[in-house]
Amino acid sequence: MAEFLLELLSEEIPARMQTRAADDLERLVAAGLKEAGLPFERIAAYATPRRLALCVDGLPKAQADLSEERRGPRVDAPEKAIEGFLASVGLSRDALEHRQTEKGEFYFATIERKGRPAAEVLAALLPGIFQTFPWPKSMRWGGGRARWVRPLHGLLCLFDGKVVPVAFDGMEASDRTLGHRFLAPKPFRVKHFADYRERLRAAYVMLEKDARIEAITADATLAAKDENLRLAEAGTLLEEVAGLVEWPVVLLGDIDPKFMALPSEVLTTVMRAHQKYFALTDPDGKLAPRFVLVSNVQATDGGGAIVAGNERVLRARLEDAQFFWDQDRKRQLVDWFPGLHEVVFHAGLGSLADRAFRLQELADGIGQQIGAKAKLARRAGQLAKCDLLSGMVHEFPELQGVMGRYYAAEGGEPPEVAAAMAEHYAPQGPNDACPAAPVSVALALADKIDQLTGFFAIGEKPTGSKDPFALRRAALGVIRLILENKLRLPLRALFQAAFRLQPEAVRAALGKDAEAGIVADLLDFFADRLKVHLKEKGIRHDHISAVFALTGEDDFVRLLERVAALREFLASEDGANLLVAYRRARNIVHIEEKNDATTYDGAVKSAALRESQEQALQTRLEEVQKLADAALKNEEFATAMSALARLRLPVDAFFDHVTVNTEDKALRANRLHLLANIRRTLESVADFSKIEG
Amino acid sequence: MAKPLSFQDLILRLETFWCGEGCVLLQPYDMEMGAGTFHPATTLRALGPKPWRAAYVQPSRRPSDGRYGENPNRLQHYYQFQVILKPSPDDVQDVYLESLKALGIDSTLHDIRFVEDDWESPTLGAWGLGWEVWCDGMEVTQFTYFQQVGGIECDPVAVELTYGLERLAMYVQGVENVYDLDWNGGEGATRVTYGDVFLASERQYSAYNFEHANTDRLLRSFADVEAECQDLLQHHLALPAYDQCIKASHLFNLLDARGVISVTERAAYIARVRQLAKACCEAWLAGEADGG
Repeated sequence: MAEFLLELLSEEIPARMQTRAADDLERLVAAGLKEAGLPFERIAAYATPRRLALCVDGLPKAQADLSEERRGPRVDAPEKAIEGFLASVGLSRDALEHRQTEKGEFYFATIERKGRPAAEVLAALLPGIFQTFPWPKSMRWGGGRARWVRPLHGLLCLFDGKVVPVAFDGMEASDRTLGHRFLAPKPFRVKHFADYRERLRAAYVMLEKDARIEAITADATLAAKDENLRLAEAGTLLEEVAGLVEWPVVLLGDIDPKFMALPSEVLTTVMRAHQKYFALTDPDGKLAPRFVLVSNVQATDGGGAIVAGNERVLRARLEDAQFFWDQDRKRQLVDWFPGLHEVVFHAGLGSLADRAFRLQELADGIGQQIGAKAKLARRAGQLAKCDLLSGMVHEFPELQGVMGRYYAAEGGEPPEVAAAMAEHYAPQGPNDACPAAPVSVALALADKIDQLTGFFAIGEKPTGSKDPFALRRAALGVIRLILENKLRLPLRALFQAAFRLQPEAVRAALGKDAEAGIVADLLDFFADRLKVHLKEKGIRHDHISAVFALTGEDDFVRLLERVAALREFLASEDGANLLVAYRRARNIVHIEEKNDATTYDGAVKSAALRESQEQALQTRLEEVQKLADAALKNEEFATAMSALARLRLPVDAFFDHVTVNTEDKALRANRLHLLANIRRTLESVADFSKIEG
Repeated sequence: MAKPLSFQDLILRLETFWCGEGCVLLQPYDMEMGAGTFHPATTLRALGPKPWRAAYVQPSRRPSDGRYGENPNRLQHYYQFQVILKPSPDDVQDVYLESLKALGIDSTLHDIRFVEDDWESPTLGAWGLGWEVWCDGMEVTQFTYFQQVGGIECDPVAVELTYGLERLAMYVQGVENVYDLDWNGGEGATRVTYGDVFLASERQYSAYNFEHANTDRLLRSFADVEAECQDLLQHHLALPAYDQCIKASHLFNLLDARGVISVTERAAYIARVRQLAKACCEAWLAGEADGG
């Protein structure tokens, strides 16, 4: 068994690309080895800011020898055919065998293929992987033709301790690499992976990202603890910072106390997004005037100059933020409204002012339905996009909404309106918190429904993997807002209202009758998104289809109750049996309707029912239909389902004792009507034909 | 501790250093431009097969960044030190780090980082990949491998290093307000600060950029220089034509600062400047191919 070690040393790889690149390298090499018939025991890829590395262990030293048997022409075939065969297998005639088969006597050849040495296979495999490596963005440098994420400087490639003779754009592989750019820049040789890893560590490079993450977390936690502070939740920052350093050194810096009156979101945004610093909190959970920075070098002065430099940069950044905070608060949020006319939302969908007007109308309508305090949702809609024109959001776009909340509150807007400014972009994904306050919910729904309806109206629906306006996320947001707040809010009417608010030009271009089509498209889109969303919660898509298909149910809360009742019913013995009986009835009716080219949906003639089982079934059907109708009317879906369960015994008895296809034409027709009646009754509760399995 | 480098010493050190690396030392281009990249020594010379190494200081004008001299970090006029190396040398990162050392920035004391920053100039139809170089968390240089200029592939690839001189000087001198920068290293009566040289200018130009620039005349000028550029291109005069393109770009920046260009118009103006830049680049390359 042997080991393969590869390292591509380059100039600094963007942090956000490192993990994917390591995965891609692993995947491509693994696939190549597999295709070449080289099995292995372990494979692992690594990325640091300057290197992509890969180790494959437990490889054979060569491909297995192959022996392949090929049948040739008949022994009495023309000479030409035999010569052709000899050429194709590369053997001489005396190496062929004669063998008798059912079809006569044939030549047979046995080709022995010697397995190639693994190093040779690798040398042939790797250049293709290098040349077509799927970087999100790649570049050329100097006068070369190669493309890589940044200029490439070294290719370390060892198989079983020996250099693999491979080259990339004229660069020959070797057994050498470099350590940390500043702390150990000298080249050194390596023998194998364990040696590589160890020597790198001695040369101030932690190869594994997880090791760097752990080191940062441990050191930062400890440093914070010394001052009775804690590391604030940092999201993806840890991962990012681990991609910016090969040798993380944690240092603590001070924030000038005069900035601590800035909104905490402003402080953390400046620190995290712009400077990659970690925020710290005191025991009360309040932001502390300290920050953690992760340096890439162990400085000879212990880091004093680095901390001082970073503190100065942070001060300058916060000075800017302070300026915007002071300037912005000199005006009311609504004062920015006129400026919204100047900002295009989307070429087809008007300015941000147009959009604000739509939000105001929509949010008002929704607010009234969900119990928001009068006029507040309307006001929230009007103000929702104003903060986009503030100096702070212009400088720090990620603070949109948050600044709206601060500026609304500062300007004396009601607290519900201020909260809606910040919350209306939520939920941004499956794990983001969902707003619950009525004004926030109304505005959040209006924001997304306007977005969805508008883009559908101008033909910008998501297709395949393309969703440039994040409409799937918007739809998921609507679904979560409705379900998690248990809102009784039929969507059809909302889409209609939203459509009627879209620019005149958009509607005119679509023609008079477009509304119904757009609304239907939106409902279909939502049905799909709902299935995806609920699938994650273990709810079967066919159950949703069964309910959705029936009525085009656009009240998701009711839809979910129906689905829950259906699920419970189908899980019961009665339900499972009845489903079988339903399918049987449906199949028979379906086939006979086709044969007779008619429909059996008409009424059953009670007087013409002969057998006691069919009479009993008819009586029960009438009774069940009444019960089910009443239950459905009251939205008591479980009751409707248990009413259906009462059909099971009479249906079973019917199928056991009654023959549908009798000679008597009238009797047969009546019985088919009876079966159609079973179908109709069940389908009045859910479309059981959609149930799979 | 030794007295830190003055602003002018810093420039001299960079010039000496890059001169030692075989760069042609040029003087600033005599036109208003938003960045050193617009200098024909970069934009045009980055194209075509001929090797080229140049270094120069270029005043950069960003009318919208004016703050009437009240912001300690923002200026509507500042200096860039620009280096262009074609083809990009294999060891350019190391050479660059040497240049920092020449300014007294010691990599055993400071945290120097190459942080992803892809560069794009929509007005020049140019883009490249590279980094912003951080020194203790502060961006001190933009480091870019040009891939395209004027919509034309760069082959060989040139590397552009742009040092922000004021920031670098503030860092080296440990100063928090740009106007406090020591310009000449003088003491007492002979001491000259950045504020002595530029504070009045920042105030006046901010007023000009934001309040008094006559937008009708600017709009007319834009149309004039655009036409002039197109006429000159008819005569295959790539260099004078490109001057008109630089003017168009600056006029657009002024109009933008005056707030008279709406979001939709913005994209259209940028596209007009880009058209000129592309045509100039093509004309220049064609001239090069004919032997100038």
